[in-house]
Amino acid sequence: MSKARARPARRWRALVLSGLFTVAVVLLSFGMGRYPIAPGEVVRILWQIATLQFDPDTAGEAARVLYYIRLPRILLAALTGVALAGAGTLFQGMFRNPLVSPDVLGVSSGAALGAAIGILLPGGGSIQVWAFCSGVAAVALTYGIARASRGQSVVMLVLAGMVVSAFFGAALSFLKYVADPYEQLPTIVFWLMGGFYRASWQAVGSLLLTVLPWAVLLLLTSWKLNILSLGDEEALSLGVNVRVLRPLLIAAATLMVAGAVSATGTISWVGLVVPHIARMLAGADHDRSMPVAMLFGAGFMLLMDDLARSLTTAEIPVGILTSAIGAPFFGYLLISGRREAWR
Amino acid sequence: MAITVEEVRFGYRGAEVIRGASFAVPEGAITCLLGRNGSGKTTLIRLVNGILRPYAGSIRVDGLEVTTSSRGAVARRIAFVPQEHQGVFPYGVEELVVMGRNPHLGLVARPGRQDIAAARAAMEAVGIAHLAGRDYMEVSGGERQLVLIARALTQETPYLLMDEPTSHLDFTNQHAVLAIVRRIARERGVGVLLAMHDPNLALTFADRVIMLREGQVYQMGPSAEVMTPAHLQALYQMSVDVVDLPDGRRIIVTDAR
Repeated sequence: MSKARARPARRWRALVLSGLFTVAVVLLSFGMGRYPIAPGEVVRILWQIATLQFDPDTAGEAARVLYYIRLPRILLAALTGVALAGAGTLFQGMFRNPLVSPDVLGVSSGAALGAAIGILLPGGGSIQVWAFCSGVAAVALTYGIARASRGQSVVMLVLAGMVVSAFFGAALSFLKYVADPYEQLPTIVFWLMGGFYRASWQAVGSLLLTVLPWAVLLLLTSWKLNILSLGDEEALSLGVNVRVLRPLLIAAATLMVAGAVSATGTISWVGLVVPHIARMLAGADHDRSMPVAMLFGAGFMLLMDDLARSLTTAEIPVGILTSAIGAPFFGYLLISGRREAWR
Repeated sequence: MAITVEEVRFGYRGAEVIRGASFAVPEGAITCLLGRNGSGKTTLIRLVNGILRPYAGSIRVDGLEVTTSSRGAVARRIAFVPQEHQGVFPYGVEELVVMGRNPHLGLVARPGRQDIAAARAAMEAVGIAHLAGRDYMEVSGGERQLVLIARALTQETPYLLMDEPTSHLDFTNQHAVLAIVRRIARERGVGVLLAMHDPNLALTFADRVIMLREGQVYQMGPSAEVMTPAHLQALYQMSVDVVDLPDGRRIIVTDAR
């Protein structure tokens, strides 16, 4: 019966915990780096920016570092965390499978191929635009194959995602093979490892557009995700038009993840692990776990980036760190028996 | 008011499974679908629920054509109780029951105080109020079936579809669950359409019986009239007797001994 009493309080406890975690990481991130800034100084500069008293021409060095480098980087990492964790929670719920990650429908392999094309084409335009469009196209192809197969749609979607990922992966390997090994190949490989070193206010602006509206949609419909997670027959019986709601939510998650991945490169494990942590904190109800996942995802991604830029003198690509830390952490969760959040 | 099924035809990959079925499901009574495996019971339930679309014929619930109506409109009139719920996420019992409010809630709404009150009333009605805080996957098979029935009641629909709701339950729970279903039908005037394997349970609990054979209605009517040895033998293709006990009860027995 202790469990029965714990339920209502759990929602707020989980939100407050993940909120505190993320705020703490944000504060930490401002001060950290090659150019240390004292906490008092951070607060003073942030106040200047917030009250529109910041003038880049007259500002000191610390203020310029904060405004041009740290703040956009923090926002970029946090938004990426929101996108990956939100999409991961959505896909795990929708596909009734706790092993699913945001990549399941092929968005990451699509974006990777697009980035490689953008790098290889002479004057090929923005790598980011190529990656975004190719990521969205990969998911559209997955969806088209699943629709054409007329099979059981959830299983077919996952299978079609595997097919598309494999095909785009092969195409990427081919491009790597033909790429100039001194200039282009290292650029492709480095892009694939992911990182926030390309952060700028412009990148933050475009990511805000591709993440924020859809993140709000996922938050608004998160209770409906519970119904979708019961399977098609029960969801239909409970009055959910699965054939409309599912593609709508898949499109939203795809735009979010394609936006994030095209700005940062491939970042694995965050979208798989964070939803599990959120369910452990908040419980199975997606209405509670979705906001916790997004909030915690932002902090987690930011912490990984802090480690990426401070562990060694040169920056480690953050994609390496998320795998190196995410995978063993997931293993620990499995062993320690914290399986209460899924079966 | 009733669910009326008229001349419905349906098949999978060319093989016709439902071949011109017509029947009605009245309010306030239990109507039982009987028939062998493959006779089309589950398919008919799914057709009535609007999950499958018939090739031909019409299915109306209180005058509303199911095949052309929105999912929400159907789900406000018909609730469905599956054989069992294959859960992946360990929702709490109350969380699962309150999901029955979905057809009454908009796209971005979540259950409010009234919805939770409706869920609690439904749990009270089937006698599982004490399970509210438990995880669905921690409770027993019989209790799980009651949770699904409570969820269907929370939908507040005039009709209830059940696909072999007792097939995973022990002897005691089969009778307990069906007694609750009968009480719901009597007290709330809910029309129940129930697919069932065990003819003895149908004889005990059903008001009306529809016998399905190869996708067609073989016999239908009040259960006492329809469940004769001749009909049952033709339906199940085996030797069957209906025995009248001295106190008025009836049981169906086979040759096996």
